[in-house]
Amino acid sequence: MKQKRRVRVMVAKPGLDGHDRGARIIARAYRDAGFEVVYTGLHQTPEEIVEAAIQEDVDMIGMSSLAGAHRYLFPAVVQLLRDRGADDIVVCGGGIIPEDDIAKLKAAGVQEVFTPGTPLDEIVRWVEENVSPR
Amino acid sequence: MPLTFNDGIFEDINRENEKWQKKLEKVFEARPERLPRFSTVSDLEIGRLYTPADIKNQDFMRDIGFPGDAPFTRGVQPSMYRGRLWTMRMFAGLGSAKDTNKRFHLLVNQGQTGLSTAFDMPTLMGYDTDSPKARGECGKCGVAIDTLKDMEDLFEGLPIDKITTSMTINPPASVIWAMYIAMAEKRGIDRKVLGGTIQNDMLKEFIAQKTFMCPPVPSVRIITDTVEFGTKEVPRWNTISISGYHIREAGSTAVQELAFTLGDGIAYTEEAMKRGLDVDDFAPRFSFFFNSHLDFFEEVAKFRAARRMWGKIMKERFKAKDPRSWWLRFHTQTAGCSLTAQQPYNNVVRTAFQALAAVMGGTQSLHTNSLDEVLAIPTEEAATIALRTQQVIAEESGVANTIDPLGGSYFVEALTNRMEEEAFEIIEKIDNMGGMLSAIEKNYPQQEIADAAYHYQRQIDDKEKTVVGVNKYVTEEDIPVEILEIDEELESLQMEKTNRIKNERDNSRVKACLERVGEACSGDRNVMEDLIDAVKAHATLQEVCDVYRKVYGEYRDPGIY
Repeated sequence: MKQKRRVRVMVAKPGLDGHDRGARIIARAYRDAGFEVVYTGLHQTPEEIVEAAIQEDVDMIGMSSLAGAHRYLFPAVVQLLRDRGADDIVVCGGGIIPEDDIAKLKAAGVQEVFTPGTPLDEIVRWVEENVSPR
Repeated sequence: MPLTFNDGIFEDINRENEKWQKKLEKVFEARPERLPRFSTVSDLEIGRLYTPADIKNQDFMRDIGFPGDAPFTRGVQPSMYRGRLWTMRMFAGLGSAKDTNKRFHLLVNQGQTGLSTAFDMPTLMGYDTDSPKARGECGKCGVAIDTLKDMEDLFEGLPIDKITTSMTINPPASVIWAMYIAMAEKRGIDRKVLGGTIQNDMLKEFIAQKTFMCPPVPSVRIITDTVEFGTKEVPRWNTISISGYHIREAGSTAVQELAFTLGDGIAYTEEAMKRGLDVDDFAPRFSFFFNSHLDFFEEVAKFRAARRMWGKIMKERFKAKDPRSWWLRFHTQTAGCSLTAQQPYNNVVRTAFQALAAVMGGTQSLHTNSLDEVLAIPTEEAATIALRTQQVIAEESGVANTIDPLGGSYFVEALTNRMEEEAFEIIEKIDNMGGMLSAIEKNYPQQEIADAAYHYQRQIDDKEKTVVGVNKYVTEEDIPVEILEIDEELESLQMEKTNRIKNERDNSRVKACLERVGEACSGDRNVMEDLIDAVKAHATLQEVCDVYRKVYGEYRDPGIY
């Protein structure tokens, strides 16, 4: 019987913002939940994130932004994935995202946005329910 | 003569305390304690009651004493707020230099007493607005500064020879400071009268805030250049603000904030002394920056312990003779990370308590966060409420009318002692690793902070710690607050402005200046005069920082989690 591969999740920090507390906590929560985790570290361009996601063959990219540049950066990642024919990779976002921007990000193809105060278990459960190995 | 509590009384107190605890246990049998375990926000366990027995080894003159004298537990100035209140210094930076200038004028007109500048991410990282890495970031969480012209627009109409300015900038701090000095000199103001602070604390960037350009060793070399230059040329300037704020925001405990901040201060002192500077020539211009978090008493104790510890470090470790070298002067900001997007008006209350702790702890300067800061850059109204919070504490609450009002509290003194003891243990660990630079290279502080942040998040998720509006007293409907939007068009306008300057300037002069900066960086010459020349020739921030990157290489995030 073929063993089901574990979900591979990339936690990414796009842009120049250095606030990585949330990203690192999420990375650890994913690891504790049994996912394979790739953490890009800070200061990644959308191009670098997409390149790494394809190289690492991940099933989902979770991005965190706290400095207001999510409006440009998150949709840029979604678009680049489409350009590379890798838009079956699920894209999620989190951080300081004003309510009004969430709908815009979802319209741009970001599947879910987690704002501060969301319990870690809820974020993990969302991945379990919505992401499966590609 | 030691002024301790008389030993004889402790037996009596302990006996009475045991009797009381027994009585209490019966009470709790009928109705149990509210929590299985009581602890501070940093998870230090807290006892039911504190008595003189908890501070029985306290020597009044050695450990508490009088304000303005060692051990400085009660404050660095003899008169503290009886003479002069703390500086009210709200952090501001949004959009363009002109937008931010408008906010500066507003805050000064509302009674703010010092300026504080927030830069946008590209500026903080040493990129111009037109860098491909800067896309989407211009003016978003601070002001964009590419050239001297931006700096001039930022301080237009503000009396920089009279008001002090704090600038929260790190990897390119030397360049931004050079722009400030150049701007002042163009106005005819002597650099010797300029007062203010550049944050300029790279060690904390590697540990916590993660805005970096070059690796740790050359980063510290540039900082040491600024310390040396300031000592000789800009004597009223604080060339470094050793910052625990971001360490705490990244998730450290209060004790870790204390230990890593003072540990960084030790490293900067060692580097400047290696340069041949006398500790008493530069240490009086070191300033500190702490976080004021949610746990009121823990924070007050932290500030008191910090002063006592730094005094000891300066006197005993570095043999400083000038009493001003022993002073730990600090700015405080209320904890941004404690604010919630849920029920945002509660943030006004949180901030007020945190500001109160900073004042009870004897801060010299304070920034109170705005209620909407968890969502965006503050609106004018929200920033004004935050400033008014300080004014109410200062002028209505009465807490500034006596010095160190919590001094002598059994609990606060016991907690102050405990924080000092635990923080010194961590500093000893860092010493054993070969000092802070080497501890950072081993990722020691980074890992400790990541562990603490994760522990706290789990405590919130498990409801061991309450966050009102988030894991308790939750309401379903959203509470609307006005959000400040930064115009997306700003990016192209700022690019045009910088390009115009590039086209109008003397490019051969810029090139020669940048070559001089490069020579200083690769050799031993202090880089500051060359930087001032370069920015006066309108070299851009990134052009100078690219020289740093070329000579020293770039630092990459090790991605610890």
